[in-house]
Amino acid sequence: MSVLVEKADLSLKYISHYNKVKEILFEGSSYVLNDVRNRAFQDFIIQGIPTQKNENYKYTNLNPRFLPDFEFVHHKENNNVDIKTVFRCDVPQLNLEPRLIFNGWYHRISNESLNLPEGVILCSLAEIANNNPDLIKEYYGKIAKTDSDSMVALNTAYAKDGYFLYIPKNVIVEKPIQLINFLQAETDTFVTQRNLIIIEQGASTNLIFCDHTLNLNNYLNNSVTEIFVGENANLDYYTLQNQHNRTSSINSVFIQQERDSVATTHTYSLHGGLIRNNLKFVLNGENAEANMYGMAFLDRKQHIDNFTQIIHAKPNCQSNQVYKNVLDGESTGAFSGMIHVVRDAQNTNAFQQNNNLLLTDEAKMQTKPQLIIDADDVKCSHGATVGQIDEEAMFYLRARGIDEDKARLMMMNAFAHDVVRKIKVEALGNRIDELVEKRLNGEIARCHECAYNCEM
Amino acid sequence: MEEKDRIINDVTQSEYKYGFVTDIETDIIETGLNENVIRIISAKKNEPEFMLEFRLNAFRKWQKMKMPDWAYLKIPPIDFQKISYYAAPKTEAKYESLDEVDPDLLDTFNKLGIPVEEQKHLAGVAVDIVMDSVSVKTTFKDTLAEKGIIFCSFSDAVKEHPELIKKYLGQAVPVADNYFSALNSAVFSDGSFCYIPKGVRCPMELSTYFRINAANTGQFERTLIIADDDSYVSYLEGCTAPMRDENQLHAAVVAIITMDRAEVKYSTVQNWYPGNKEGVGGVYNFVTKRGICRGVSSKISWTQVETGSAITWKYPSCILLGDNSVGEFNSVAVTNNYQQADTGSKMIHIGKNTKSTIISKGISAGKSNNSYRGLVKVMPGAKNSRNFSQCDSLLLNDTCGAHTFPYIDVQNKSSIVEHEATTSKIGEDQIFYCNQRGIDTETAIGMIVNGYAKEVLNKLPMEFAVEAQKLLQISLEGSVG
Repeated sequence: MSVLVEKADLSLKYISHYNKVKEILFEGSSYVLNDVRNRAFQDFIIQGIPTQKNENYKYTNLNPRFLPDFEFVHHKENNNVDIKTVFRCDVPQLNLEPRLIFNGWYHRISNESLNLPEGVILCSLAEIANNNPDLIKEYYGKIAKTDSDSMVALNTAYAKDGYFLYIPKNVIVEKPIQLINFLQAETDTFVTQRNLIIIEQGASTNLIFCDHTLNLNNYLNNSVTEIFVGENANLDYYTLQNQHNRTSSINSVFIQQERDSVATTHTYSLHGGLIRNNLKFVLNGENAEANMYGMAFLDRKQHIDNFTQIIHAKPNCQSNQVYKNVLDGESTGAFSGMIHVVRDAQNTNAFQQNNNLLLTDEAKMQTKPQLIIDADDVKCSHGATVGQIDEEAMFYLRARGIDEDKARLMMMNAFAHDVVRKIKVEALGNRIDELVEKRLNGEIARCHECAYNCEM
Repeated sequence: MEEKDRIINDVTQSEYKYGFVTDIETDIIETGLNENVIRIISAKKNEPEFMLEFRLNAFRKWQKMKMPDWAYLKIPPIDFQKISYYAAPKTEAKYESLDEVDPDLLDTFNKLGIPVEEQKHLAGVAVDIVMDSVSVKTTFKDTLAEKGIIFCSFSDAVKEHPELIKKYLGQAVPVADNYFSALNSAVFSDGSFCYIPKGVRCPMELSTYFRINAANTGQFERTLIIADDDSYVSYLEGCTAPMRDENQLHAAVVAIITMDRAEVKYSTVQNWYPGNKEGVGGVYNFVTKRGICRGVSSKISWTQVETGSAITWKYPSCILLGDNSVGEFNSVAVTNNYQQADTGSKMIHIGKNTKSTIISKGISAGKSNNSYRGLVKVMPGAKNSRNFSQCDSLLLNDTCGAHTFPYIDVQNKSSIVEHEATTSKIGEDQIFYCNQRGIDTETAIGMIVNGYAKEVLNKLPMEFAVEAQKLLQISLEGSVG
C-alpha cells in the first residue's frame, strides 16, 4: 500500500510543480506551444509516471529516476557558452560547426556562421514559434500524441524550447548538421527538450545529435522530437548517447514519412545510466523506406530500453530494423519492437532483427519483438537472439593462433560492426568503430576530452 | 466450394437447430456463482473436506481477480452469474439410430474417416450396452491396472487416491494462477487423473479410451497427469470430430508433473464450435495448461492442433525445474471467419542445461485474428540453457490478421535463446505450379497448408495426424477464392 502512495506522490510532485510554474511556462511562449499545454498536462495527470505495469514500460522502471529533488530549467540560462572551451568534438575530418543545446535550450553561438544553404532554418523552437508560428503550427504535436505516452504528455506540458530544423523543398544539405546536447547545472536537474524537424519534398540532410553531460549531478532528460519527412525526401538521423551513470535519458522520436521518402535512424548508446529510446515511425505514403539501426554497449548498472514502433499505413513500403546490444557488468537491456501492418498496406516488406550478447551472468536481456499484421501480401519477419559469442568462430580464430581475449574482441567488434557500417558519414563511422574498440578494450569510450570521470 | 462451405456451416449450426441443448431433466443446479453453489457442487460429488477447502479457497481468490485483458482478443463481457456450474453428465440418448442423425453431420464424420461406432457415440446415438467401447474400456482398464497405472476420472481419483490428489493438486497450476484457472479450481466438474508409476512405459496411447469416455466431462474440466521416475505416457485429448457443445464458456486446467527421466507427450486436437460465418455463437475457450519437469532429464511435450472455438486463449507451458529437462511446444492454429485465437507457450528455464523448442504455425483466413504469444524466460541459475522458437504465420486473404508477441527474458550469459518469426501468404508461384499439374486451386491450397503444418502434424500420433490433416482441409474449405 505504501508503495502505491509513494508512486502517487511521485507524479504529484510533477503535477504540483506544473501548477506552480504555470505562468512561467505560458509566458513568452508562442500560442502554438501554449495551446496544447493544458491538455497535455491533463493527459499526464491521467496517466502519471509509467510503472512497470504499463505494458510499454514493462522492462524499464522509471520511478526511481523521478525521485531526486530536481531543479527545473524553465528559462534560458544566460551563460555565454563558448563551445571551444567546454567541448571539443574530436571526430577527425568531420570539421563541423556544431550547434549547442544547453539543458534543453538552444544556444546561438555568437560566431555562428551561416553556411547552411539558402532557406534552411536551424534555430531555437521558441524563436521560430514566436516569429513564424504559421510554419510550425501544422506540425507541432501532430504525431507526438500526449494521450498515449505520459512522457510525451509531460514534455508537451513543460516544453519551452529545443531546436528547430527546416529544410525547404529540393534543398540538399551536403554537410552533416551536428547538434550537441549538453547537460550542465549546479544541482540535480530535470530537463525538457522539444525538437521539431521539417524536411520538405525532395530535400535531403544528415543530422548528428550528440548527448553529453558535463558534471556529475543527477539529470533526467525528457526529450521529444517530431520529424516530418516529405515526399521523396531523405533523412539520416544519428544519435550518439554518451552520458554518465547518473543520467536518465528518455528520448521520444516520432517520424512521419510521405511517399518515396527514405528515413534512417542510427542510435549509438555508449554510456548512460538509464536510456529509454522511444522511436515511432509512421509510413504515411507509398514506397517509403524506413531504417532503424541501434547499438548499445553497456556495463555496470546501466540500463537501455529501445522501444520501437513502426506503422505501415500505406502499401509498398519497406522497413528495416537492426538492434544490437552488448551487455557487460550488471547492465540490463530491453528491446521492444512492434511492426504494425494495417489493413490494405499490401506489398509490405518489414524486417526486424535484435541480437544481444551477454558477457556476464549478472547482465540481463529482455526482448519483445512483435508483429501485428492485418494485410496478407506482406513479407514480415523478425528474429531475436540472446547468447554469447559463437564458439565455432572462436575456435576458428584460436586455431589460427589468435589468443582467446583477442579473438573475443574481434568477434565482438564484428558483432557491433554490422550496425556501425550502416553509417554513411565515413568519419563518424570510423570514429564509432574506434570508440567500440576502446570500449571493448576496457577503456572508457569518451567522444571528447572531457575532464569528468564518467565512472561514478 | 460454396457448397462445401454451406455444409460445414449447416453442420455446425444444425446442432442448435435440432436442439442439442442440455436436457433440463438432467441434474442441473440454478445459475449463479457463490459459496453455496460451490458447496453444492462439492456435496453432489461427495468430495472430502480438503477438496471443498480447495474450491472455496480458489473461489475467494477468484472473487478478487479481474478478467485479463492483455490478450489480442475482443472478448464480449461474460456474465459469470448466468452460467450453471453443475450439470451431471448426460446419459440419455438423443437418437435411436444413426438414420435419425443429420446427414450433413454424418457426411463430415465420413470425411474425417471416423468409425461408425464412434460416430454413433459422438452424435449421441444410443449405444448398445455390449458395444465395443465398453468392452474396450474394460480391456484397457485391465491392461493398465496390471502395470500399476492409475487412469480414472478425477472424481474417482479423489475418492480412491486422495493422498495423490492432495499431494499434486494445485502444484503445477496454483489456484490463483490466473483468472480462469481460479474459476476452474472453484467449480471444476470433473476430468481425468493419470498416474504412471516408476519405470512404467504406458503400453498404449491413452486416446481411444478418453475419446469415448470423457466426451461429456463438462465445461470446467481438470486433468492431472503424474509421471513418476523413468516412466512414459502419451496422452491424447480432444477429438477431431466437430464437437458440438452448447456451453459458451470453457475453462479447463491441465497439469502435468514429470519426475526424474520421465516423459509425457500431450497431444490435443481442439475442434469446438467456432461460431457461424457471421461470427455469432461459438465456444470461448480459456485453458490453462502447464507442465512441471520436476525431475532431472524429464521431458514434457505439448502438441496442439487448434481449429475450433470462437475465442481461444491458451498457453501450454513448461517449467523446466530439473537439470537437463526438456520442454517442447508444437502448435498449428487455424482461424477462419470471425474466430480469434491468442495462443502460444511459456518456457521457464530454472534448471541447468535445460532445453526448449517452440514451433508455432498460425493460419488465418476469413476475418479472423490469429496471434502467437509466448514467453521464454531463462533464470540466472539455468546455465547453458537453450531455446529455439519459430513462429510462422500464413495469411490466406486480406481481411484476416496474424500477430506475434514473443517475450524473451535471459538472465545469464551461458544460455542461448533464438527466436524467429515470419508472416507471409501462399506464394502464387506455388499455386501456379500445382495448377499447371492439374490440381485445382482449392486442393492446392490444402496441400500447401498441410505441407506448411507438416512439421507439427508429424509430432502427433499417427492416426491422429491423419485426421488432423483432413481437419485442416475442412476448416479452410471455402476460405480461399
